[in-house]
Amino acid sequence: MTALPFKPARTDRERLRRAAWLAGLGLLLLVLPRLIYPVLALDILAWGLFAVAFDLLFGFSGLLSFGHAAFWGTSAYVTAYLLSHGQGVPAALLGGTLSALVLAVPIGFLSVRSAGIYFSMITLAFAQMLSFLAQQWTDVTGGENGLQGFARPDLLGLDFSDAVTRYYFSLAVFAVGFLLAYRAVRSPFGQAQQAVRDNEPRAQSVGYNPLRFKFTAFLISAALAGLAGSLYTFGHGVVSLEVVNWRTSGEVVMMTLLGGTGTLFGPVIGAGLVLLLRDILTTANLPVGIVTGLVFVLVVLFFRRGVVGTVQHWTRGRPR
Amino acid sequence: MNTQLLLIQVFNGLVNGAFYALLSLGLAVIFGMLRIVNFMHGALYMLGAFAAFALGQVAGLGFWPALILAPLLVGALGMLLERGLLSRLYGLDPSYNLLLTFGLTLLTQDLVKQVMLGRFEVSSAPYTTPAALTGVVNLGFVVFPKYRLFVIALSLAVCLLTWFVIEKTRVGSVIRASTENPTVTRAFGIDVGRWVTGVFGVGVALAGLAGVLAAPIYSVEPYMGAELIITTFAVVVIGGMGSILGSVVTGFAVGVLAAVGAAVYPPIANTLVFILMALVLLFRPSGLFGLPEGAR
Repeated sequence: MTALPFKPARTDRERLRRAAWLAGLGLLLLVLPRLIYPVLALDILAWGLFAVAFDLLFGFSGLLSFGHAAFWGTSAYVTAYLLSHGQGVPAALLGGTLSALVLAVPIGFLSVRSAGIYFSMITLAFAQMLSFLAQQWTDVTGGENGLQGFARPDLLGLDFSDAVTRYYFSLAVFAVGFLLAYRAVRSPFGQAQQAVRDNEPRAQSVGYNPLRFKFTAFLISAALAGLAGSLYTFGHGVVSLEVVNWRTSGEVVMMTLLGGTGTLFGPVIGAGLVLLLRDILTTANLPVGIVTGLVFVLVVLFFRRGVVGTVQHWTRGRPR
Repeated sequence: MNTQLLLIQVFNGLVNGAFYALLSLGLAVIFGMLRIVNFMHGALYMLGAFAAFALGQVAGLGFWPALILAPLLVGALGMLLERGLLSRLYGLDPSYNLLLTFGLTLLTQDLVKQVMLGRFEVSSAPYTTPAALTGVVNLGFVVFPKYRLFVIALSLAVCLLTWFVIEKTRVGSVIRASTENPTVTRAFGIDVGRWVTGVFGVGVALAGLAGVLAAPIYSVEPYMGAELIITTFAVVVIGGMGSILGSVVTGFAVGVLAAVGAAVYPPIANTLVFILMALVLLFRPSGLFGLPEGAR
């Protein structure tokens, strides 16, 4: 896509389409725990927000992080730790998110200086460091056993032992995170971010500092991934070494690709599809890895626009 | 720590380093020439080990034929993958190659797991090394298993040979020309596509060879390549992506450093390589042997 020197005014049609997407997704998420069992619905919220966070970096900055499990996992552990040490839910969610943000400062500083595939490898390696740390530091992480059975104290009369209540509380948190990402993408910052992605030298010549934009995008993405990891712990009640495994980093890439990169709605839908697929496969006792691996390969080969990207492509009818 | 213990650790480190070097050399050849980040390298290493087990043990061919045949099989599979799947992604961002091979890794690992499930217990089966390589060698200051010395020697020899072919021979210059400037090379009447497939096959066969060598030492199981490949990626970043010399030197060096480090402070064994990587990135982002970003 060629970058225009100015941003054309958004047409009413486009505005309508966005509102329709937003309303559709909102409605779907509102009735979700009636359609599938609530813990799976909770998982979709957490992974969906994780994928949105990842897409903020990949879809809008062109940086393929292959180590986002570092932020999701760290936050998941910190949240579990805070909850099991008598902290309330808001403090645990906030603590988890902040821990991911703090971690993102050194990692982002070192990795955004590299581009393309180098960036992917570096983020992957940093995530691996954390994964080994989580394996060694069993006092805090529980090692192979993970952490479970932590309390989720009531808040404002909400009883969090009920999964449906947990779901609707998480939906509110999810909505805040999603709208934050939505605003970030549509803000002048988001526009500049995309300009840097599309043509870095040009963006630089206009006076933007590409490194600063990438670093800021990295921080926002990591913090949102942290919030998602927090929600995961809160919803699930269990944290295991899986949260910092490289498979987790790969899985979030897959969800985003399947749903459609650079669309924000896509990652949520992608997360839903992957989790539902996995649930069906597990219940039917079919080999999960083979099918998800196959889906991944097919998406990369033939379906790179993803679900939402394809729909947008057809409805807009413009080549991209 | 006494000198003897240190020497034993150095040798153990060289054995691990031999595997890092072979694997990262394969990755360097493939990335340096084709710009493909082959996430599947670990899964192909695992397939090499399984092929060695199937050919040498189950089919009863013995170690030496398996040592030759298994890498050839893995290389052939790699060429099929390159022709059938990876070649569809040329011209796109290299990230897509990474993603495709990541998907293939999940697929392969679980496929092997399903196929092997209950058939035979690979890890517990006694893997016979040939008579010539059993027993130990007394090096005067330390006693060391023959087979492990063989692994170090063979890995070194293969690495040197690969470096020599690519940097010093006519074949190497054709390969480099095919990958650096396909259009001009094609104008000279060289079938670039065939060379690309060949290079991928060779790189992948190196992973297969590492797998064969690993079979008698480590337990052969579907996920044996999963953790190793991540460490190898770090080795590649430290050495400088695509640098042939860098991958070999760094592979051995990281093996030794991690083993010696582990003797001093055991928990550091698996993390040291990533700490090294962070340090290298901080002070020399293009890697120890890599060219600066602008020169690529």
